[in-house]
Amino acid sequence: MIALVARDLRLAIRAGGGFGLGLAFFLIVTVLVPFGVGPESATLAKIAPGILWVGALLACLLSLDRILALDYEDGSLDLLATAPIPLEGVVTMKAAAHWLTTGLPLTLAAPVFGVLLNLPEPGFGWVTLSLAIGTPALSVIGTFGAALTVGLKRGGLLLSLLVLPLYVPTLIFGAEVSRRGAMGMDTATPLLLLAGITAAAVALLPFASAAAIRVNLR
Amino acid sequence: MMPDLGKYAAAVLSAYGVTLVLLAAIVGLSWWRAARVRRALAAQEDRMARDG
Amino acid sequence: MPNPPKPRTMSIWEYANPKKFMQTSGWLLPWVAGLSAVALVVGLVWGFFFTPDDYKQGSTVKIIYIHVPAAMMAINIWVMMLAASLIWLVRRHHVSALAAKAAAPIGVTMTLIALFTGAIWGEPMWGTWWAWDPRLTSFLILFLFYLGYVALWEAIDNPDTAADLTGVLCLVGSVFAVLSRYAVNFWNQGLHQGASLSLDKEENVADVFYFPLLVCIAGFVGLFVALLLLRTRTEIRLRRLKALEARERMA
Repeated sequence: MIALVARDLRLAIRAGGGFGLGLAFFLIVTVLVPFGVGPESATLAKIAPGILWVGALLACLLSLDRILALDYEDGSLDLLATAPIPLEGVVTMKAAAHWLTTGLPLTLAAPVFGVLLNLPEPGFGWVTLSLAIGTPALSVIGTFGAALTVGLKRGGLLLSLLVLPLYVPTLIFGAEVSRRGAMGMDTATPLLLLAGITAAAVALLPFASAAAIRVNLR
Repeated sequence: MMPDLGKYAAAVLSAYGVTLVLLAAIVGLSWWRAARVRRALAAQEDRMARDG
Repeated sequence: MPNPPKPRTMSIWEYANPKKFMQTSGWLLPWVAGLSAVALVVGLVWGFFFTPDDYKQGSTVKIIYIHVPAAMMAINIWVMMLAASLIWLVRRHHVSALAAKAAAPIGVTMTLIALFTGAIWGEPMWGTWWAWDPRLTSFLILFLFYLGYVALWEAIDNPDTAADLTGVLCLVGSVFAVLSRYAVNFWNQGLHQGASLSLDKEENVADVFYFPLLVCIAGFVGLFVALLLLRTRTEIRLRRLKALEARERMA
């Protein structure tokens, strides 16, 4: 299973592999928002936690169709489905690789981009923590969307449409943790709910994703 | 005959208007598609019956 | 004396047979359509012309006769799709999968009606054409779920594959839809305390409003059932048409 993750990482880091695409997009969003809403520090400070979360979410969304489409096209997915590892495990490893190449870099980059957005000082830790807990959910949910659309020629837009409402709870609680943390308020409730969603998604969604892949490979 | 809707006339009327338009749309579309498929199926069955 | 034959019990699963469904829905449809049309006309006319204004909301209270039934249908139709999807995934009855497919656009329409009338109703109260009220926001998310479901059906060529994938989507989507409801409530609790459209459930709706509302709800339910029967019949015919065309091509 580790070999699977390593393989995906190597493929992603190679030129044209898409590594850094998410990060670049995250940077673009961070730089464009002040141009859009005006440079006033108070405004930016207020919306910074939310912008960081939305930017991270959109950056994750960008790279979702790569999770499975390439393997589907060259037949590797068929091989993986018949391998001795259960397909649910394969899917989880795919999501893990996606997180390592997208979610994790975004989480680490967030504090840096937070500086650009006047994120209040207490917010830095909370934004990073909430992204660290929430981005795995985004990867797992995104993998489910990718599994549904893997057989489609240009499924990118449909993938975004399917995954978007599924992302809403994670976004709401993640952004709440960030916002409350930045204002120095108590973050326990949304943090627990966020962690709960991630845990449940990681535990249960791979079954749905595997089922979808099996349907598509028929 | 029309009740006095007062200052909310535009709101109430537009709400009812939007609703009636949307309901007419789904009913009309469903009806039209049903007729079209029924015709196409009948044509196909005729064609296959004739060709044996 | 030999045992008398056991009485034949009518099982709802008989209607999973496409032929039986077509037969039954064939004579049922005009009745349901007629009755629901009557209920709708009676309910809406009664509500629009023959009810007083609310002391707080003025004549906008008349919007409940379309907003509440549409909102109820928007949610109940998704629940019906969930049940139909489960039946398809477990028992592989094609009629069930096609019924879910048929129901979705009706659900989209009801959700849109709920959104538009909800926004229009809120405007005089909140002074803005759209407010991120928890209930309205939940319906917006529900609209996105419906849209994704319909889009997935349209995108996939193989009907059985489409039925399976949309079934799984409906299942997973339902869980997240419920999650979203709680998340959105959590998200908005600090802003619009008590400013949501509370007339329908929390407050005691006076009888004078209540009875025409019940008739309207009955009308909307009837309309849904009629449209569902019509659309499912269309889907069954379409499936047969595609099968015949495939057979003709191979011959």
